[in-house]
Amino acid sequence: MLQNNIEYQKKELPDKLSQLGWILFGVGVILGVIGFFSDHHRTLLNYLMAYMFILSIGIGSLLLIALEYVGGADWSVPIRRVVEFLAAIIIILPILVLPLVFNIHDIFHWAHEEAVSSDAILKGKSPYLNVTFFLIRVFAVLAIWGLFYYLLIRNSNAQDKSRDQLLTKKNIILSAIFIPVFAITITITAVDWLMSLEPHWFSTIFGVYFFASSVVASLAAVTLFVVKLKENGFMHPQLVDDHLFSLGALQFAFINFWAYIAFSQYLLIWYANLPEENFWFLHRWQHGWEYLSILLIITHFIVPYAALLSQPAKMEPKRLKFISVWILVAHFIDIYWLVMPNFEGYYFSWIDLVVPLLAVGVIILIFNYRAKKSNLVPVGDPKLQKGLDFRVP
Amino acid sequence: MKRTDKLFALAATFNSPNDIIHAAKVIADARYKNFDINTPYPVHGMDKAMKLKPSKLGYITLASGLSGAAFAMFFMWWAMSVDYPQIIGGKPFFAFPAFIPVAFEVTVLFATLSTVIGLLTFMFGFPNNKHSLHETEYMKKVSADKFGAVIYADDSLFNESKIKELFTSLKASSVELIYHYEKVSYPIFEPKFLMFLIAVAVVTSGGTYFTLNKLLFMQPFNWMVYQDKLSSQEKSEFSQDNNGSRPKVEGTVAKGFLPYPFAGQNIPTETLANPLLPTKEVLKLGEKKYLSFCSPCHGNYAEGDSRLRGQFPNPPTLHSTRAREFSDGMIYHIITHGQNVMPGYESQVTREERWAIVNYIRALQRAKNAKDSDIEEIQKGLLNASK
Repeated sequence: MLQNNIEYQKKELPDKLSQLGWILFGVGVILGVIGFFSDHHRTLLNYLMAYMFILSIGIGSLLLIALEYVGGADWSVPIRRVVEFLAAIIIILPILVLPLVFNIHDIFHWAHEEAVSSDAILKGKSPYLNVTFFLIRVFAVLAIWGLFYYLLIRNSNAQDKSRDQLLTKKNIILSAIFIPVFAITITITAVDWLMSLEPHWFSTIFGVYFFASSVVASLAAVTLFVVKLKENGFMHPQLVDDHLFSLGALQFAFINFWAYIAFSQYLLIWYANLPEENFWFLHRWQHGWEYLSILLIITHFIVPYAALLSQPAKMEPKRLKFISVWILVAHFIDIYWLVMPNFEGYYFSWIDLVVPLLAVGVIILIFNYRAKKSNLVPVGDPKLQKGLDFRVP
Repeated sequence: MKRTDKLFALAATFNSPNDIIHAAKVIADARYKNFDINTPYPVHGMDKAMKLKPSKLGYITLASGLSGAAFAMFFMWWAMSVDYPQIIGGKPFFAFPAFIPVAFEVTVLFATLSTVIGLLTFMFGFPNNKHSLHETEYMKKVSADKFGAVIYADDSLFNESKIKELFTSLKASSVELIYHYEKVSYPIFEPKFLMFLIAVAVVTSGGTYFTLNKLLFMQPFNWMVYQDKLSSQEKSEFSQDNNGSRPKVEGTVAKGFLPYPFAGQNIPTETLANPLLPTKEVLKLGEKKYLSFCSPCHGNYAEGDSRLRGQFPNPPTLHSTRAREFSDGMIYHIITHGQNVMPGYESQVTREERWAIVNYIRALQRAKNAKDSDIEEIQKGLLNASK
């Protein structure tokens, strides 16, 4: 029977973190409000990007927690709280989604009844793509995620005091249920928010693409927070580079997975060259968007791949920190690439700054808020000692 | 195998993984360079304890992986767009996205093979498969349940008594002196082994050649090739006229076929009546068959606008007065036996299908030359349908 006797005193995160979060959030909101009154449509799209960015990191983190339980991973136990804090974003998603819900007609072409009635394809899709059913889906998905988050985190927190091993077992069962639910809900989310921006287009792999992006992004966020906290002495002292190696290796794997999925999607559409599919990629290869497409390939695949290829690179804190920020930026570009080329006549503008400021600000604030409430190390987890002893062979 | 009296190494065994980690640390700290650890299974943290540098094998993998990618890309470029350019699926000759999966596979192939070969040659010294540690008590123990450390005699700090002291201070369970093999020869190049290899090669390739080229053409293995039956138009010793193909017995009617009494005649066949009613199914069948067999020349709507773009003389339209005044039997006759340049379709289209085509042609003719009463009829039908 596993049991640990680890004592870890809870440490308070510095005020600087919450100050940074508030500043980013405040500037983002002010820019957003100014943008909203100067360029209504564009700001909404930017807000949609920010929302998808926040959502992808939150739900990706929840999946990482579920994977830890289902896979029986030891190494990630000492850093699980960081992942949990990031997953807390899920709780505020129903609030963050409201500006989008109120302006749904400005974002989605299919939300206009007169556009649908004169378009045979949209008519055919209208049993799925209509405002009522869309809202039901959005809030149902958020509710399901919230429920799983609440149950998983409640058990995890309760374990800190009770040190009850049964709670781990309960979480394993919850996670096993969550993973297939996640597969369905993330597909619905990706299709609803991103694919339906271009309602005539379809790609069956799109949900997987967004899943790959969100896991890459959440791994990068987790790595960034873990390295930063470790450098400043907030993590458990026995947390060593070997744990970082696992994070680096996972990042490397999912970078490859993302590229594999993205290329699969492209190759099939390119080869078949059917007009009902290929226009989506043609939009991304015209009017200057081709530079963004190439930039996406370089930033989201080639550079992180080369940077994380060798074994020592995967455990070097400085490099991991740099590449995590890099990947998060690439994730911004990815979402930008998914959203913006759908609309004609949009190029880069100062309003695009809203996305990173707002999103990063919100993530930092939520992280800080959750970090105040829980211990940074899951001291009650029976696998904690084994996790701290983890070494790369 | 005999050993010389020249010392090869000094080996010691330990009882637990913790002991061997500790021993490795101490030996590495004592600045021995040429030493090794043997354990029955991988012990975590050993690389660090032994102060091993990261393996250089990765560079071999990287270099050959990159050259594999470059080679694949170069070869496909040369083959597909220089030496034998072909248009495939309307893509450019240098279809880069289509080459990526192949280049990826070749990269992986080159990288893995070179890793294995590099490991065998650079790290294990292939073809040398004989090491003086082999066949020693030490090796037997460490491949069962002991953990061993060995310091080679060619280490610059090698000193037999000092190392023995070191091992005893580390609480080694046994210490063993290991001597060089008498002669380092490579058993892999022994004449016996080479002859054996050659013999295996000769037997397998010779056997394959014999089986595929000789054996299969001998009795009784050729039974599948030469069978007691006649192929079409073959000579037969059995029949009187030596003809293998037998003519039809006079008056035979094949199942499902009716004899056609007007064969070879060129007369208007008023007597042939259409046995099919123009039902929906019949017209569907007629349309399908018409589009397959008739439309290439007569056009989709029987207007004589051939789809063959002038490769044949265009046939007349079927909407002419003459064609409209043909009896059903006449059209059937023409489909069956052909007319002018048009060949007969008796062998390709069954009797029923031919009559269905006749019905479909009638429908086309009626549609092209509709009367006012027809239009009224249709409007009535639409009205009824909308009610």
